[in-house]
Amino acid sequence: MEPVIKTDKLSKRFGPFIACNELTFTVDKGEIFGFLGANGAGKTTAMRMLCGLLGPSSGEATVAGFDVYTQTEKIKKSIGYMSQKFSLYDDLSVAENIRFYGGIYGMSRPAIRTKTTELLEELGLQQEARTLVRELPLGWKQKLAFSVSIVHDPEIVFLDEPTGGVDPVTRRQFWDLIYAAADSGVTVFVTTHYMDEAEYCNRVSIMVDGVIAALDSPANLKQQYGAATMEDVFYELARKAKRKGD
Amino acid sequence: MRQLVIFIRKEFLHVFRDRKTLLMLFGLPIAQIVLFGFALSNEIKDSRIAVVDYSKDAVTQRLIAKIGSSPYFNIQRTLASADQIDAAFKKGDLKMAVTFPAGFGDDVIHTGKATMQVIADASDPNQATTITNYLNQIVADFNTELAAGSGQPMTIVPSMQMMYNPELRGAPNFVPGVMALVLMLVCTMMTSVAIVREKELGTMEILLVSPFRPVYIIISKLAPNLLISIVNLFVILFLSDIFLDLPVKGSFLLLVFGSVLFIMTCLSIGLLLSINAQTQQAAMTGSLMGMMLPTMLLTGFLFPIENMPLALRLLSNLVPSRWYFIIVKQVMLKGLGIGAIWKELLILGGMCVFLFTISLRKFKIRLQ
Repeated sequence: MEPVIKTDKLSKRFGPFIACNELTFTVDKGEIFGFLGANGAGKTTAMRMLCGLLGPSSGEATVAGFDVYTQTEKIKKSIGYMSQKFSLYDDLSVAENIRFYGGIYGMSRPAIRTKTTELLEELGLQQEARTLVRELPLGWKQKLAFSVSIVHDPEIVFLDEPTGGVDPVTRRQFWDLIYAAADSGVTVFVTTHYMDEAEYCNRVSIMVDGVIAALDSPANLKQQYGAATMEDVFYELARKAKRKGD
Repeated sequence: MRQLVIFIRKEFLHVFRDRKTLLMLFGLPIAQIVLFGFALSNEIKDSRIAVVDYSKDAVTQRLIAKIGSSPYFNIQRTLASADQIDAAFKKGDLKMAVTFPAGFGDDVIHTGKATMQVIADASDPNQATTITNYLNQIVADFNTELAAGSGQPMTIVPSMQMMYNPELRGAPNFVPGVMALVLMLVCTMMTSVAIVREKELGTMEILLVSPFRPVYIIISKLAPNLLISIVNLFVILFLSDIFLDLPVKGSFLLLVFGSVLFIMTCLSIGLLLSINAQTQQAAMTGSLMGMMLPTMLLTGFLFPIENMPLALRLLSNLVPSRWYFIIVKQVMLKGLGIGAIWKELLILGGMCVFLFTISLRKFKIRLQ
């Protein structure tokens, strides 16, 4: 398999502070890649570099085949992004949100129309096309936000703690969507604080104090650390951290 | 470009969905104009006046009686000499003093011409304007009566003099003031709130990760507010023409040009505020305290800047509405051309370019 994200000693320094120290990893096409770490471990900084929002201090990285130093505009066109805030406009309807996000990614009008119908059908929201997003239940909003983040068929979607504050049943349903997306070839790069979710990932990296302390499939990690759950693996690694989270 | 259109359309949707705010935005100027308009048009009755009659003849007696019998005036006292007028005003409650010079009646009868002297208390300029108008009316009536009696044209001219506030500052002042206030409010507050809201919602992150250009975000945010402001501008000008009899005397185009400069300046200030504010609440408070108060106090339409202490006078130079206020007054009320306001236009233009440039740069830096 060809890697869609490839980093080599990718680092970011803020003055004397090293937020990310020589990160080297690859993420394959269609993979669900869990990006774990305590608060302050450097997850957000790494993700921002990969999204083309932040220039690295040193090292190399390509995302969807584009260089993070020189081709950020092309990277932006190839990725989707969703944060725990869901990032939908409350005062716009479901269809208007889809149309807007499709529009800023430069999709043509007919393409947006087709995609809207498709998407509403998938989510079972046909009746709610004209409903304002603020009137939707939280779980629906979250699913809609995810679908909107891949409305332009990106190669990679970055999910920044996408299930924060959502109940376990809804989280489970949300992961069904993630699996469906991965099956269709979208690479999923996800950060989370929920260790049960880490179990759903193909591979997991755990960052501690700006470096990648472990990177493997959940099964291998558990075996390697002699732990029963990912929770124990994470605790084993994270408690060695010297940096305080924020 | 199509992306920009889509984004701008979204901004308009935000504006139209928020009915309450929209109502407020368009209701505000109308309410202000109507409020001030009716306050202005109120009748003033029984104004107390003093009379000095050096002539003491049949003509002055008749005219004094006519003035005294009108519902608008109440002749409170008759003074022996004009020197007493000042003291009488200082005692308060006197609104006007009328002086007939010696030989007034003779002049009227023999030459058909005479001048009476009128001094009005203009510390409340609205009142002064109204009552001097009443007096003019009465004198004009009297002229007609005399002419009908003698068969020759009579012209008694009241020579008006304003006390305390000779230029009658205040009367038409509020229209430029309302314009400055409303535009400032819409542009600064709405712009900063609109941008901060995206931060609060978390949608700003998505926009930054998307290929959409930051400068487009700014343009899209400014577009609806620019339009609302221009509509408001026309509503105010229309209302003041119809209801307050204050048409645009000078070049309409010049006024609109000055207004757009001011609007752009306010939009840039809103942009700057939004960069520092983290919550909509903070943005709102920032625009209210930071912009509304200086606009109200240091523009010159509530308190004349000339009478302020030096520190405040210097400070007022930094308030954009101060310069806009002058532009509107000169063009709209006095009908002056670009020659009279080029300095103000230049200052406002400079502020606009300066503020827009730094807000644009700061906005970009924040994105890094």
